[in-house]
Formats: sequence, structure tokens, C-alpha cells
Amino acid sequence: MIQIDIQKKLNGIKSDMSLDVKLNIAHNEFLALSGKSGSGKTTFLRVLAGLEEAEGKIVVDGQVWLDENYSLSIQKRKIGFVFQNASLFLNMSIEENLLFVKDDKELVKELLEITELSSLAKRYPQTLSGGQQQRVNLCRAMMNKPKLLLMDEPFSALDPLMRLKLQNEILILHKKFQTTTIMVSHDLSEIYHLSSRMVVIEDGKVIEDGKSQNILVKQEQKEGISFDGKIIDIKENNNEYFVVISIGQQLVEITMNEKEVQKFRCYEIVKVKSRSFSLIIEKK
Amino acid sequence: MNNFTLDLAPFLLSFKLATLTTFILFLVSVPLAWYLSQTKSRLKPYLEAFTALPLVLPPSVLGFYILWALSQNSIIGKFFYDTFDIELVFNFKGLVIASCFYSLPFMVQPLQNGFESLNKNMIEASYISGKTQLQTIMKVALPNIKPALLTALIVTFAHTVGEFGVVLMVGGSIPEETKVASVAIYEFVEVMDYESAHIYSAIMIILSFLVLLSVYLFNHKQKFKRAYI
Repeated sequence: MIQIDIQKKLNGIKSDMSLDVKLNIAHNEFLALSGKSGSGKTTFLRVLAGLEEAEGKIVVDGQVWLDENYSLSIQKRKIGFVFQNASLFLNMSIEENLLFVKDDKELVKELLEITELSSLAKRYPQTLSGGQQQRVNLCRAMMNKPKLLLMDEPFSALDPLMRLKLQNEILILHKKFQTTTIMVSHDLSEIYHLSSRMVVIEDGKVIEDGKSQNILVKQEQKEGISFDGKIIDIKENNNEYFVVISIGQQLVEITMNEKEVQKFRCYEIVKVKSRSFSLIIEKK
Repeated sequence: MNNFTLDLAPFLLSFKLATLTTFILFLVSVPLAWYLSQTKSRLKPYLEAFTALPLVLPPSVLGFYILWALSQNSIIGKFFYDTFDIELVFNFKGLVIASCFYSLPFMVQPLQNGFESLNKNMIEASYISGKTQLQTIMKVALPNIKPALLTALIVTFAHTVGEFGVVLMVGGSIPEETKVASVAIYEFVEVMDYESAHIYSAIMIILSFLVLLSVYLFNHKQKFKRAYI
């Protein structure tokens, strides 16, 4: 059981705000942390790791990590941390990266087998793809069998196929080592796939907390089907306006009249919603 | 001057001084450069300015103050003389101390730049892995800044070999004790022995060039290796 009740002043993008999070996390729980950028998610993880100072209390399985006049050092917290960007030790081979954490050759072998990286054990990080590096990061984070695994958008730099692979590996490792996990993510399918509980943070405060599936489906229904897109061009032809929007890998064109189009500017991020038509899916 | 024999003592002394200075400065500068690269303290600019002082001060100013501080008229000099029976000026020990001050920025600055260029998350990953600061510096930070490390070591060494003003002020020119190559050349010129001055100077130029060339070749190779890996 992990009890968290922390406060910290943050210099936000718009204005100063304070991070104020109170959470209890059960053993073996997989918690997804979501929210807009600048809402304090990364800082929250860093406070848990001991990389940033904060006020309040953190108690992990009865052991105090943080209270009014005490802070357990980073080294002694025994957590696993997967950073957003690769952070492997470039002067060490993949195997050495893992052994550096703990001299346990059996565990290294096991982890590299699960992640199908055994053949790369002697290679150096610079020679690996981004996805492979991130998987090594995950293995390294598991090396001291952490009580708490923290992941800060571990998939954000990966292509969809590699994401799926890493997601599956995370699930396998989570089942095997029963590690309590907190993962920052924006990807709804990822959160749905991996986590049992979801917490949404906005401006440093928890605004939603519950079963991932409930929160996600509720959000979907409230909004209908919608996509985030970016206006890349606005064209005019005989008083008709065509707004070109890029959504994911596709471009769509939406027709508007003069009055409607005045609300929008080029390069603006917009929400594209469906109105009263039904969707079908096809196999690709 | 037909019966010229090359007296190697000044060169040997220069290299002995440079080796010792480089070694001592390495031990002092690694923690200092690490602190400067990691700290958010308001003291940082003050410390940085102090460390860089020898770059801009005339060697005579530095030499004068070191001489003043180490002589038996000062507290430090008197303490060493009374307690350990050690004199610190006009001998080799004094030269080492003076050189350490004079060459400090040449060691600290490349190391600090190297440490600052490291991926912050990589350093944090080491702490998270349970490693202390010292272990992190030795096993992660230093091995990942090899070009900066080599630059620091070699340039400090070369700069100490090349120093003149501070050495002359603090050490004088005692053969086989404080008469290093640069001082020897100065004396040859003073007595108008241009042949010896030429030979000594040529040796200094060649050695210095080779030392610097080796640094640039190594760093070039490292960059090349990293770009095409």
C-alpha cells in the first residue's frame, strides 16, 4: 500500500500553481496518470522518485519516504523509473547497463528473454533503435525488483507497432513481478489496455479517479466521436470556404460559410466532431 | 658556443611539475567541476568567476599573491614552517602550489562543460539504480565525457609546461629545483646565448604542437566514431 499526500509549488506555463495530490495506491495496482501537458504529472513522478523536493507525506508499505522533516534518499527508495527519452549509460553494453543496477546475471538473462533482446546483450545503446533502447530501459528499471515502477510516457517516441510490443512486455512483467506501477500516458487505447485505475490531473489537482474503463468510456460518450486536428490551410472559392485539417496521418476538408470560417485561424488545434451519422469500421 | 651540450634538467623539471600539477588538479577539479555543473546555488557565478581569474590576471599578480601567502611572513607560510618545517617558496613545492592555482581553469572548465553536456536523465538513472554521487561520477559521468576529460588533462599539462611568470616569481631560477624550461630560455636570452635559446625554444614548440595535435586527433576520431556508429 502506498499512501501519497504531497504539495509542491510549481512554476506553470501560464501562471504559478501548486501540485496537490492525495492518492492511496494498492499493492500490484497499475495506475495510469493522464492530463494536459504542464498539469504536473512528470513532477509528481519525480517527487515520488525523490528527484524533486516536496512537502507532505509518502509512505510505502509502512516505510516513510517523505514527511515533514525527513526525505529518504533517491538511492534507498528502490524504485524503477522509465524516462520519456532513453537514458541508458552510453559507456556500457546493454548487459552492463542492467548489471550496473544489480549484479544478478540470472535476472538479466530472464528480462532480456522476456523482451526478446538477448541477441543484443553485447551491443552498445547507440547502435539500438529508439524502441529497443526503451525496452532496455524497462528491463533496467526492473533490475532491483522495485516496489514501485514509474513510467513517464514511455511510448511517446515510438511507432505504433513498437508501442504494442512494449505494451505487451509491460503487461507480462507486471504480472510476473507484481510491481505497483504508475504510468503517465495520453494514449487512450494504451491506458485502456494496460491500467486498472486511471487518475486525471489538471493544474496540479486530481479531477478524476476511478476504473480506467469507466472513465474512458464515460469520456467517449460525453463527447461523441471526436478527433484532435490541426488546421493547415483555409481556401476560398466563390464565397465558399474550405478548411483543410490534418488528423493523424490523414487530411480532411470541411466546407464552411464566411461567417463560420472567421472563428478559425491557420495552424490552430481544433476538435473535429461527428454530428448525427453512424460510423462503420472496415478491416484494413 | 660550439661546445653546446643539451642540459635536459630544465625539461625534466618542467614535465615533472606538469605531471604533478595535472594529477593534483584532476583530483581537486573533478569534484569542483561536478559541483558547478549540478548546482543551482546562487554561489555558482561567484565560484565560476573565481576559478576563471587566472585566465585574465597577469601572472605577476598571481605570483605576487602566492609568494606573499606562502612566505614565512604570512600565516600560511609560517604555519607550514613552524609545524612541518616546510618552506613553500623558492623551491619545487612552491612551484607546484603556484601551478595548481595558475592552471586551475584549464582543468575545471572543460570538465564542467563536459558534465553539463551529459543527459540529465542518465545521471538520475544512476541515482535511482542506487548509486552514490561518487559512483555515478566515476562509472557514468567521467567515462561519458572522454574527449572533455582528455582535453582537460592535456591542456592543463601543456599549459603548466608553458608557464613562465608565476614560476619565475614564486620559484626563482634554482637549477634542478625551480629552473624549468621556460625560465632557462629566458636566461639564455638575457645572456645573449641565442643558439641555446633557439634549440630550447624549438624543442618546446615541437613538444607542445605534438601534445595538442594528439588531443585534436583523438577528439576528431571520437566525433567521427559517434557520427557513424
